[in-house]
Amino acid sequence: MTTTGHEPDAMPPVLACRAVRKEFNGTVVLDDFALEVAEHEVVVLIGASGSGKSTLLRCVNLLEPISDGAIHLDGEHITDPRVDPDDVRRRIGMVFQSYNLFPHMTVLDNITLAPERVHGRSRASARTHATELLERVGLGEKAGEYPDRLSGGQQQRVAIVRALINSPRLLLLDEVTSALDPELVGEVLSLIHSLREEGMTMLLATHEMGFARQVADRVCFLDKGRVLEQGPPEQVLFEPEQHRTRQFLQRIIDAGRL
Amino acid sequence: MTTTVTGPGGEPLPPGPYRPSQLQRERESYRRRQSVRSVLLAAVSTGVVGLVLILGIVGSPGWERVKETFFDLEVGLDALPAVLTGLWLNVRLLVFCAMGALVLGLLVAIMRTLRGPVFFPLRALATSYTYGFRGAPLIIVLYLMTFGVPGLRLGGTPSVLVLGGIALVITYGAYLAEVFRAGIESVHPSQIAAARSLGLTYRQTMRHVVLPQAIRRVTPPLLNDMVALQKDVGLISLAGPIDAIRAAQIATAQSYNFTPYLVAGVLFVLMAIPLVAVTDWVTMRAARRQSAEGAR
Repeated sequence: MTTTGHEPDAMPPVLACRAVRKEFNGTVVLDDFALEVAEHEVVVLIGASGSGKSTLLRCVNLLEPISDGAIHLDGEHITDPRVDPDDVRRRIGMVFQSYNLFPHMTVLDNITLAPERVHGRSRASARTHATELLERVGLGEKAGEYPDRLSGGQQQRVAIVRALINSPRLLLLDEVTSALDPELVGEVLSLIHSLREEGMTMLLATHEMGFARQVADRVCFLDKGRVLEQGPPEQVLFEPEQHRTRQFLQRIIDAGRL
Repeated sequence: MTTTVTGPGGEPLPPGPYRPSQLQRERESYRRRQSVRSVLLAAVSTGVVGLVLILGIVGSPGWERVKETFFDLEVGLDALPAVLTGLWLNVRLLVFCAMGALVLGLLVAIMRTLRGPVFFPLRALATSYTYGFRGAPLIIVLYLMTFGVPGLRLGGTPSVLVLGGIALVITYGAYLAEVFRAGIESVHPSQIAAARSLGLTYRQTMRHVVLPQAIRRVTPPLLNDMVALQKDVGLISLAGPIDAIRAAQIATAQSYNFTPYLVAGVLFVLMAIPLVAVTDWVTMRAARRQSAEGAR
């Protein structure tokens, strides 16, 4: 499961970040950052607030320009200025911490907006597909509701469906359970779990260490804009080699979250 | 071991359906007494102020003459048909100017939000327009358009009515542009990030995500500007077209009595009432929706 794809004949990794640097007004957030995500792999980013997890996800989706380095998607250099960012985003799905559903549209319209406007699908086929996916996540009867009538967990499941319907090559999940009440976290996590079973390639940032352990093929601990330590979850979470990783995990254990 | 249910005062409560406790009943009766007192106080003070005002005006030394020149029922009724005919012009002008100003305002607001060096000229044009025309007095713009432009003696110059309408549209367009821009900027950046992450282009994001939310949010202030525009449409009389105010002026010149102005004024107020009521209703609804969002 840890194919790095360096052999010339192998398929290129779905995502490859090479020496990525990101600065905000002189503050370095990502520094000589390297990461690869292979097809069907689930990579979980952990690390303290400000370690660069969210920034990395936003850079991969070209919502933020990078300051140096390169990001490749399926072997294509997507941080090349000649590349159309809209075309890249069509192939990547993203789910945000605060759901970001469109409040003026029904659940169904939220989901069918991109298939209809971006992917040129017919209204009928987009609606059928959306209804099907909603039913699969247990929200079939919510199709006509507006987002503010839904609980946080339901909204987040809709947001995941909204990203999934476009069959992305890569799904980015940015602390998708951090805004949820504890009793609603489970429904979102089990959905992500089932996506993993279906082979969706995912890169996610989370504070849920228990979940990271269940879902990750590989856990990366980010510190000061770099991957300080990475490996299988059991190793990184329970036998970390780096002092800072141990420190971070100790704080999480003290807070009762592992 | 059985626990007895007790009220807030420690007294045992009888079993059965909920009944307000003694404490709650006292609280409610105190509130009732208080509100009766405040209503009475408000009514009395309003009555006293009203009476003083009426006595002050009616008892003034010049009241008889003012009554004759401003409140002559006969002169008012004589002028009514002409003023009403003029008012129809105001109504038509209002509809066209409102539509023109809304479209212009929205376009300018969108131009001001465009990013990137390619759009610098458009952005600069839009910005200087809103700076200039929000400061320019409407009367001056009106004079420039209705007297200045025909003075150029160009072929195909439209009528004074159209020129006056254009003056209203460009003046109000500048205000409305700022209202629209405030609405556009009030849409949280995370909404734009979500739309772009789905692959929508900047245009599609504006069209399907930003503008629908922005316009909904600024509808109350937009309607308020429409009420203001409704009054200012009467300024067209300065340029010559016979609207309600011009008709009143003509009637005044014939009768040496100012009542026709009062008639026109009352008609303007009557015309504004429905729009004002709609504005209040929309504002209230928006406030309720906002507080519902906040409570979530």
